[in-house]
Amino acid sequence: MEKLNVYAVRLLPKYEAIAPGHRACQGCAEVLAVRLVGKALGRNTVVACATGCMEIISSPLPTTSWRVPWIHVAFENAAAVASGVEAGLKVLMRKGRIPKKKINILAMGGDGGTADIGLQALSGALERGHNFTYVCYDNEAYMNTGIQRSSSTPFGAATTTSPAGKVKPGQVTWKKNMPEIAVAHNIPYVATACPSYPFDLMEKVKRAAETEGPAYVHVFSVCPTGWRLTPDLAVRAGRLAVETGIFPLYEVVEGKYKLSVEIPKLRPVEDYLKIQGRFRHLTPDLIDKIQERINKDYNKLLAKIRFSEEMS
Amino acid sequence: MPKRVGMEVSIGASEAVRLANVDAIAAYPITPQTHIVEHLSEFVANGELDAEFIPVESEHSAMSVCCGTSAAGARTFTCTSSQGLALMSEIVFIASAMQLPIVMILANRSLSGPLSIWNDHTDVMLVRDCGWIQAFGENGQEIFDLTLCAFKIAEDHRVLLPFMVNMDGFILSHVIEPIEILDQETVDSFLPVYNPLYRLDPDNPVTMGAFAMPDLYTETKKAQDERLKASLPVIEEIWEEYGKLTGRTYHPVETYKAEGAKTLFVTMGSFGETASTAVDAMREDGEPVGLCKIRLWRPFPFQAFHEAVKGVETLIVIDRATSYGGPGGPVAAEIRSALYTLDTPPKVVDFIAGLAGRDVAPGDYKAMYHRAQEKIASGDIAGYEIYGVRD
Ligand SMILES: Cc1ncc(C[n+]2csc(CCOP(=O)(O)OP(=O)(O)O)c2C)c(N)n1
Ligand code: SF4
Ligand SMILES: [Mg+2]
Repeated sequence: MEKLNVYAVRLLPKYEAIAPGHRACQGCAEVLAVRLVGKALGRNTVVACATGCMEIISSPLPTTSWRVPWIHVAFENAAAVASGVEAGLKVLMRKGRIPKKKINILAMGGDGGTADIGLQALSGALERGHNFTYVCYDNEAYMNTGIQRSSSTPFGAATTTSPAGKVKPGQVTWKKNMPEIAVAHNIPYVATACPSYPFDLMEKVKRAAETEGPAYVHVFSVCPTGWRLTPDLAVRAGRLAVETGIFPLYEVVEGKYKLSVEIPKLRPVEDYLKIQGRFRHLTPDLIDKIQERINKDYNKLLAKIRFSEEMS
Repeated sequence: MPKRVGMEVSIGASEAVRLANVDAIAAYPITPQTHIVEHLSEFVANGELDAEFIPVESEHSAMSVCCGTSAAGARTFTCTSSQGLALMSEIVFIASAMQLPIVMILANRSLSGPLSIWNDHTDVMLVRDCGWIQAFGENGQEIFDLTLCAFKIAEDHRVLLPFMVNMDGFILSHVIEPIEILDQETVDSFLPVYNPLYRLDPDNPVTMGAFAMPDLYTETKKAQDERLKASLPVIEEIWEEYGKLTGRTYHPVETYKAEGAKTLFVTMGSFGETASTAVDAMREDGEPVGLCKIRLWRPFPFQAFHEAVKGVETLIVIDRATSYGGPGGPVAAEIRSALYTLDTPPKVVDFIAGLAGRDVAPGDYKAMYHRAQEKIASGDIAGYEIYGVRD
């Protein structure tokens, strides 16, 4: 096992697009994901970043953590800015004003910048077919502004705007299925990933970048600060999310679903919920309700995968 | 050889953009700007212009895409009106802070509500302090000329700021006027290919749009203000150069029959034409009136304005937007402030007129002139009067 670890580290590209010294919290799996995405894409990359934790921790004037060209304009428009960068580089290459070469265009935003305020700009960019990769780092709330709920916050989670009170059990709505919204745009590549599965994540980002046209990768990003979880459990929590089926890892290539990590028997969701302070208040019947929903959603996904297999 | 042809002003504006050989256009349709986007997409579809046309899903994305194309090093154009400008306004402010030399034609239209598609200046006044260079054209030829010059000014390394050409909706955008269209060779000799100072290039990585803490924010704002102010001589220089090429030289402030005038009307945009006609008629009646047209709204040309109004007793400002509950229309408020340091400033009478396409005919200027005399005689010239309100 020890030897395997040594081997694994060697497989990772040495290149770091984001330098150490950024200001992310201890145990932040979101910045871990950013780092892995940077490694997967390499130096021929331009990043358009939405406002949010990953912008704030990496770009305080007059310093920057970015070794690749990076642009931040606002909260809700990373996909539109990336559209512009893609179109701009394309036309300049066509007109012979800059050398022709493959440059990866990466747009990145949090769940708020993607599933809420930035959804329209993202939808427009996916529909127009720009050749770019959009990565959503989903930490299930607006963390940068102090842990407010988003449409990506799961049912039952306490946030500062969906607090667990005497009559309400935290978030009362179910998590928006953002990858499915991306799939509905009929784009060539959609995937879910999690930095707790680093090689899977990097493979997917590489595939996304190699895809001609728009690609969307939804990255489950554990946030110890917002989830009330000790930093040492961040990677573990990501694995539990996958093992319990609350965040399954899959790919949708040209409309065909494929499971990336097979889980023969889902672990009870309680294993995942109980290590996080944001779910501390949940009663057994609420946990049952969540379990039921997971079973249903997971079976729906398996049905899509079976259907894809039958079709091919 | 330059030729003078009758064409819709929106087509003339599109011709300027085509001749400027822009690399990228991102825009979203809104009346009365639509004819420009339509013509530009036609140029691209026919291969008459080698550019990326990005048909965005909103004006917010239009300006965001423009930030992306411009940061990539592409010459970038967009155009909008009223609600579109309001929707994109968040990004309009960021574009100037990021020093992206985007050129935008604003087909001026009133802001809702009530909804109105007609012309006034409520849209541009919404973004008065956005840090863009803002100029007004009076007719089709001026819109063509100002648009061509805008690229050269915006992209000048001494400037590197976005440029907004204001074109009155319908009054200009939808009328047919004789416009002299320059040939490509002349344009190319005047306007070189855009040479960005910084661009998003993996071989020379830069970080654009970093955030500032209180210890640096003020410094960035001071630098931005200095940059906009310092653009004034460059604007004059480039307008001068264009004048040598075409015989049409533009100035930040222009006057008409100001010699010997005791009263000057102050206008911006297409109202200058009707005001000139009104001045002609009133001069014939022996009234000592003239006209002062503010072409450059930002950076505000204080010195040129002071010179233009030297020795004048009264300024009658035609404002085309309201500042509800404020000191007057935005132009008058600005002018009163600009005059404050003079020892013997002219009196300023402010009329808010021509809102949402309400016609202001030569006779109305005469009426405002007499009304101004009354106001001065009564000693009450504070604030403003909304002119022509129907009972
Ligand atoms: C138009 C606008 N509205 C609100 C904000 C405030 N704001 C900045 S970041 C943010 C939340 C970011 O959440 P998310 O996208 O999930 O990223 P995270 O910080 O969680 O990584 C909010 C609400 C803003 N910057 N701009
Ligand atoms: S708040 Fe969460 S997402 Fe933001 S830097 Fe801290 S751990 Fe990372
Ligand atoms: Mg978030």
